[in-house]
Amino acid sequence: MIPAAFEYFTPSTVDEAVALLRDQPDAKVLAGGQSLMPVLRLRLAAPETIVDIGRIGELQGVRDDGDALVIGAMTPHSTVQADPLVGEHARLVSLATATIADPQVRHRGTFGGSLAHADPAGDLPAVAVALDASFVIAGPDGRRTVAAADFFEGVFSTALAEDELLVEVRVPKYTGWGAHYEKFNRVAQQWSIVAVAAAVRLDGDSIAEARVGLTNMGSTPIRASAVEAALVGRPATPEAVREAAALAADGTSPVSDLNGDADYRRHLASVLTRRAVLSAAGTG
Amino acid sequence: MTTTEARPTAEVGNPRRRKEDARLVTGRTRWTDNIVLPGMLHLAMVRSPFAHARITAIDTEAARAATGVIAVLTGADIADEQGALPNAWAIVPEQKAPVHPSMAVDHVAFAGEIVAMVVARNAAEANDAADLIDVDYEELPPVLDLRQAATDSSLAHPDLGTNVSAVWSFDSASAGTGGDVEAAITAARDGGILIEKEIRQQRLIPAFMEPRSIVVDPTPEQMTVWSSTQVPHFVKIFIALVLGIPESKIRVIAPDVGGGFGGKLQFTPEEVLTVIAARRTGKPCKYSESRSESLMAAHHGRDQWQKLTLAATNDGDVTGLKVELIADMGAYLGLVTSAIPLLGAFMYNGIYKFPSYHLKCTNVFTNKTWTDAYRGAGRPEATFAIERLMDELAAKVGADALAIRERNWIKHEEFPFATVAGLKYDSGNYEAATAKARELFRYDELRAEQLKRRESGDPVQLGIGVSTYTEMCGLAPSRWLGSMGYVGGGWEHASIRMLPTGKVEVITGTSPHGQGHETAWSQIVADRLGVGFDDIEVLHGDTQVAPRGLDTYGSRSLAVGGMAVLAAADRVIEKAKPIAAQLLEANVDDLEFSGGRYGVRGTESGMTMAELAFAVFQGHKLDGSAEGCLDADATLDPEDFSFPHGTHLCAVEVDTETGATSIRSYVSVDDVGVVVNPMIVEGQVHGGLAQGIAQALFEEAVHDESGTLVSGSFVEYLVPSSADLPSFTTARTETPSTTNQLGVKGVGEAGTIASTPAVVNAIVDAVRHLGVSDVPMPCTPYRVWKALQEGAQS
Repeated sequence: MIPAAFEYFTPSTVDEAVALLRDQPDAKVLAGGQSLMPVLRLRLAAPETIVDIGRIGELQGVRDDGDALVIGAMTPHSTVQADPLVGEHARLVSLATATIADPQVRHRGTFGGSLAHADPAGDLPAVAVALDASFVIAGPDGRRTVAAADFFEGVFSTALAEDELLVEVRVPKYTGWGAHYEKFNRVAQQWSIVAVAAAVRLDGDSIAEARVGLTNMGSTPIRASAVEAALVGRPATPEAVREAAALAADGTSPVSDLNGDADYRRHLASVLTRRAVLSAAGTG
Repeated sequence: MTTTEARPTAEVGNPRRRKEDARLVTGRTRWTDNIVLPGMLHLAMVRSPFAHARITAIDTEAARAATGVIAVLTGADIADEQGALPNAWAIVPEQKAPVHPSMAVDHVAFAGEIVAMVVARNAAEANDAADLIDVDYEELPPVLDLRQAATDSSLAHPDLGTNVSAVWSFDSASAGTGGDVEAAITAARDGGILIEKEIRQQRLIPAFMEPRSIVVDPTPEQMTVWSSTQVPHFVKIFIALVLGIPESKIRVIAPDVGGGFGGKLQFTPEEVLTVIAARRTGKPCKYSESRSESLMAAHHGRDQWQKLTLAATNDGDVTGLKVELIADMGAYLGLVTSAIPLLGAFMYNGIYKFPSYHLKCTNVFTNKTWTDAYRGAGRPEATFAIERLMDELAAKVGADALAIRERNWIKHEEFPFATVAGLKYDSGNYEAATAKARELFRYDELRAEQLKRRESGDPVQLGIGVSTYTEMCGLAPSRWLGSMGYVGGGWEHASIRMLPTGKVEVITGTSPHGQGHETAWSQIVADRLGVGFDDIEVLHGDTQVAPRGLDTYGSRSLAVGGMAVLAAADRVIEKAKPIAAQLLEANVDDLEFSGGRYGVRGTESGMTMAELAFAVFQGHKLDGSAEGCLDADATLDPEDFSFPHGTHLCAVEVDTETGATSIRSYVSVDDVGVVVNPMIVEGQVHGGLAQGIAQALFEEAVHDESGTLVSGSFVEYLVPSSADLPSFTTARTETPSTTNQLGVKGVGEAGTIASTPAVVNAIVDAVRHLGVSDVPMPCTPYRVWKALQEGAQS
């Protein structure tokens, strides 16, 4: 299909982009287009204005900012996946990014685009929540920072106002942590039915700290706090981890669809959490 | 040894790379959508969002006033002009069918049915204007379940008065091909094994790579139609019949076509409407469907419910099979919709020697997209049924799945074999294929590992699935088709033109859409005429270039079309003989043809085909006693079907914690007779396996309770990619067919037919000890997990 007609802008700075979002009617941000283009082509949406932020240089790349990494919103997944800083300090991000769709999508799709899209089945939101990332947002009145836990508000809905732009994401360094992203789907390019993001810091044989995020277990990514608490101080053994992982579905409200009902998803959350944590502990 | 003996195997059997691949793989070729004509207009269709509704009003005013719009047409506008789409197969004389309009006039019977179209200067304007058309519908209750449809409790077409299109049955006792199945069932109930089973063959979508596209160029002299179709010859005839355009003024071209799988074996509403638009505007018109439209409105496949009763002795000898079938036609009958279950009806006995067989098939209408041929067309359903039953029988008897089959199959020395379904299997060697598969698969080792995992309670269980299949290929002897109620024939035609420069044109009535005919037909002709492979050009898919032909489907092209090519080549050789005698000043009886050359026996004197072609072109030395032309035509009607067979073995690992299935190894040993090009055969097997595995694990067209296609994009309709499939081990045995000159059989559908039951049998085998005896297709992780939960409770 051919999208309905729209006005198309290609700002070269964040300020320009924000001004366009403020001034142009019914504007939508194009940040790689891997989700927006199909929606436009299917005519499920017909915004009057498209603001393509693909040519804003300051939104690109990964940089070291002391105790955190800063990932530009328009950094393609393929760049994030291959970035050595990310590999060293936020390995969970590398691993989850590597599971997104297929190579073509990972070359066009962007880190910030994927987060701002806030698809409950998207892979990066749970990672951002698990790692306590913070989101730097530019708007007409300047910049503000929102914690990952507050950024995701619902299905395809975030703390971003209509005239705001996600600029960069700050990911605290998890140097030396083990990480694993356990994704469950039926074919390789499919969204997650359920996935679990886990990062673990070991102290000897026991778990000193744990971060666990759940993908597609509700309308927003979910931090499995009960699992995290149950893991701390326990040995990284199958038995101990199984016990903690049994709590994974606590407080979740997953959807029922062709790929499984809510009960099945809750069951998966616990199985996948066990596997993710054990793998993460093994990779530390 | 002369070259005559060396030549026949020089090309046939050679795994040549395909001539056509460079252009097909790069896409630098004539797909229909690439065709741009001066002044061409573009069409957009408005389709019903409702499965069943009455159209009460259509407001086209805004669309007519929109930028670039040339015309807006509704069903009412073209009601008289559009005629009705044909169904070409009445499986019973009293078969019922609703009138099938290309564009709905006042009643829509499935979501996706066309209710209006826009003709505009460009595609974007056509789409924009289509959005402005306002259709008022009065919704009617949709008929969605095929079993409920059979009860007539609610009607898909109220005017038809029933949902039942036809009831067709076969009984071996009354046909004289075997005994009475009821007696076998009674005997089994009294003291034997009776297995009763219901199977849902889910609805599938052919999902060919290139969505359908049509370009029509109307000139006073000719209506030229380019269409992404498998059947240009059919399209030509039906445009003439439906729209009243003289057949002699229609030219249909199927340029390069990106896949079909039966999905383009159709005469479509879109073809009719594009011709109407071109005829009305007097301008070239193009319609190219979107992927969403393609998934929703191009015909679907499968969708049957099977109730099976298998009778056997306690030792595992099958004594009878009874099949009750309900087949979902969808909303209308397409070209051969009603015959799909019938094509399967002859295959339920598979490779086995059943003494009795009964099948009753009820074809019903529902308010869903119409179904029709999809790779295998009836035979996958039949093969799945019998192969699942054989595994259940093995489990009941406590015998090995291969052993129970061997006990029941036709032994190689028993061919030709008259089956209980009334066919004559000419050849086969099930023992050889099975022995080879067993060895390649390491069957015994895997069985040992399976046992070990069962005993240790491994969360990941191993299962082994068997599928031994045969199928009927080479559609079809015309007299058989006629006896079954099909309006057309099953012959094929070929022409060979010997050009003055030594090149050869081969014109085939088959219409490839990915099969590699250009390469394979060149190999056949190169051997027969003794000309170079690269000197041969194969022409096809244009009714003006190849006026006679019946196109490509049903694994017929090689066994029927290829044999027509061979027959034409033999005629060229025959026609060249008196000419060579004249030119060589020799007696006809002293000539012999070998290695592409007529030579005078016992001398060095002779002429090659190229020399003869040039001499005929000049005509200078011909004395007029023989026709000065080497070109020849041949029409060939197949003597009988061909029957490829094989043994497929699949090992799966089932993660009992999540229900996820992964295929660990897959071995196929296929016997497709003599192989012209092993690389093409292997490609067909790989693609077929992928599609058959897709039915087992991934694909299903799902509708919600309102009849909307939920799996309307590739996000929900899961077509597997190479990442989701294992590496296949493929091998062959070669038992030549006796029903055609080369001994070939056909391979287009084999992989699809064999693999689905192999995978499902493997899954059930992996978890049978956990109380599972079946998993509905597609066997999603969720369904496997649920079956495990239920198994644990029982």
